[in-house]
Amino acid sequence: MTSPSPDAARSGITPLVQVRGLKFSHGPRVIYDAVDIDIPRGKVTAIMGPSGTGKTTLLRLIGGQWKPNAGSVVFDGIDVHSQSRSQLFAMRKRMGMLFQNGALLTDLTVFDNVAFPLREHSKLPESMIRDLVLMKLNAVGLRGARDLYPEELSGGMSRRVALARAISLDPELVMFDEPFTGQDPISMGVLMRLIRELNNALGLTSIVVSHDVEEVLSISDYAYVIAGGKVLGQGTPEQVRASESPLVQQFLKGEHDGPVPFHYKASPYAQDLLGAAAGARS
Amino acid sequence: MISMIGNYLQGIGRALFFLFTIIAALPSALARPRLMAQQLYSVGVLSLVIVVLSGSFIGMVLALQFYRTLQVFGAGDSLGVAIALSVVREFGPVVTALLFAGRAGSALAAEIGLMKATDQLSGMEMMAVDPVKRVIAPRFLAGLISMPLLSFIFTVMAIGVAGGHAIGVSLLGVDAGSYWAGIREVLHGDDIRDALIKTLVFGAACSWIAVYQGYHAAPTSAGVARATTNTVVISSLAILALDFILTAFMF
Repeated sequence: MTSPSPDAARSGITPLVQVRGLKFSHGPRVIYDAVDIDIPRGKVTAIMGPSGTGKTTLLRLIGGQWKPNAGSVVFDGIDVHSQSRSQLFAMRKRMGMLFQNGALLTDLTVFDNVAFPLREHSKLPESMIRDLVLMKLNAVGLRGARDLYPEELSGGMSRRVALARAISLDPELVMFDEPFTGQDPISMGVLMRLIRELNNALGLTSIVVSHDVEEVLSISDYAYVIAGGKVLGQGTPEQVRASESPLVQQFLKGEHDGPVPFHYKASPYAQDLLGAAAGARS
Repeated sequence: MISMIGNYLQGIGRALFFLFTIIAALPSALARPRLMAQQLYSVGVLSLVIVVLSGSFIGMVLALQFYRTLQVFGAGDSLGVAIALSVVREFGPVVTALLFAGRAGSALAAEIGLMKATDQLSGMEMMAVDPVKRVIAPRFLAGLISMPLLSFIFTVMAIGVAGGHAIGVSLLGVDAGSYWAGIREVLHGDDIRDALIKTLVFGAACSWIAVYQGYHAAPTSAGVARATTNTVVISSLAILALDFILTAFMF
């Protein structure tokens, strides 16, 4: 797997998504502090980082659900956050998003869930919608589950249905929010294969947000490691693995202590214990 | 203190803005008859049993209470008038609205709150579907349409053969002719118009409170629980306060 570096992509074809100088805070908590990210076309790009670094936030910012405090997100030459609501909605038809828990509509069957975007956005006859839905469901191997309701599906199956729904409008960009969390090895393998193969077969551009390092690196062409509101490392999976940044290494190897400390910020331990004793005496 | 008032005003502003967004989305809800039918079913038809039963019982209780009092003045034949006026003007709209807040309002808030907590609403937004148009507006409109109809059914049940008539005529022996003739003589179009205005106002208030609470619930189980409770408490108080204001104007 060869992948262009962002610089190569910039000189050749422009990336599908360009994030520039992105700043975002949630109340007093700074989530992004001037972040630059490029999502090259036709590739699977991994966004990795410890929990709570706002990886999901990034997807919501790209999708235009939230507005950044500063900086810009450009999707295929269009500045996402300067769009009117209807322009934004037109743009979102070109994006698919897979939420962490699937976010399937619980009052609809699997079939109707996948048909939902088609019925909302196209005037296709029902017979054609049926064919399209069955094709999408077949691609994720769940054609036989079409009449089930979301509560009858396992976690892995609902994510596959959500994937079928995300690609039902044939988008250019598909964003996966933690697709592997809480999956058994088999359904993890199924999801990995699906993400990779659908990306190639349909000519998609995929963003996979995850903290499952090995899984996501094995299917991605390019990877970013984000922590503390900054991009700490980026490159092909090989380059990221060889990174010299101690934080990246701690994250990749899952070491319990390092630049990300085991202990939440606190006063010295001994002082804390003695202070409690002193307090009890007085 | 000042920040409390600030929060309060901010909440009212948000709720009003939300109401305007819903009203702007109403035409697109009307253009989706199948969606509206589903919501009318879950908001209106599913509230029928409780409304029918409550209407009958209220009518029966009113017949017993009024008959005792009227009998003191030898006016037992006016039972129909007494029941009809009190039910059409007050009990019908108010009790139906309170039942509606408890049955349909709480269900609406919980459903929308859970949809939010499970990312279904954001999911719709990311599929370029406006949840206010697809989810909120049809539910609001269904509440607005259901309330007058439910109140009408409640009123008919309370006055009619299953309620006041059953006790008054069949049990207490009031003459059926004078029961109905009195109602026809005293009940005017004005009363029915006022009752219709009340039910529309209550319907709008209940549905607005329910969808607002659901849509702005914190996306956790505690948040959904709070939204449901708030819906019932705020709706009930709003109904009683609005009833006083409306009655004062209509008096």
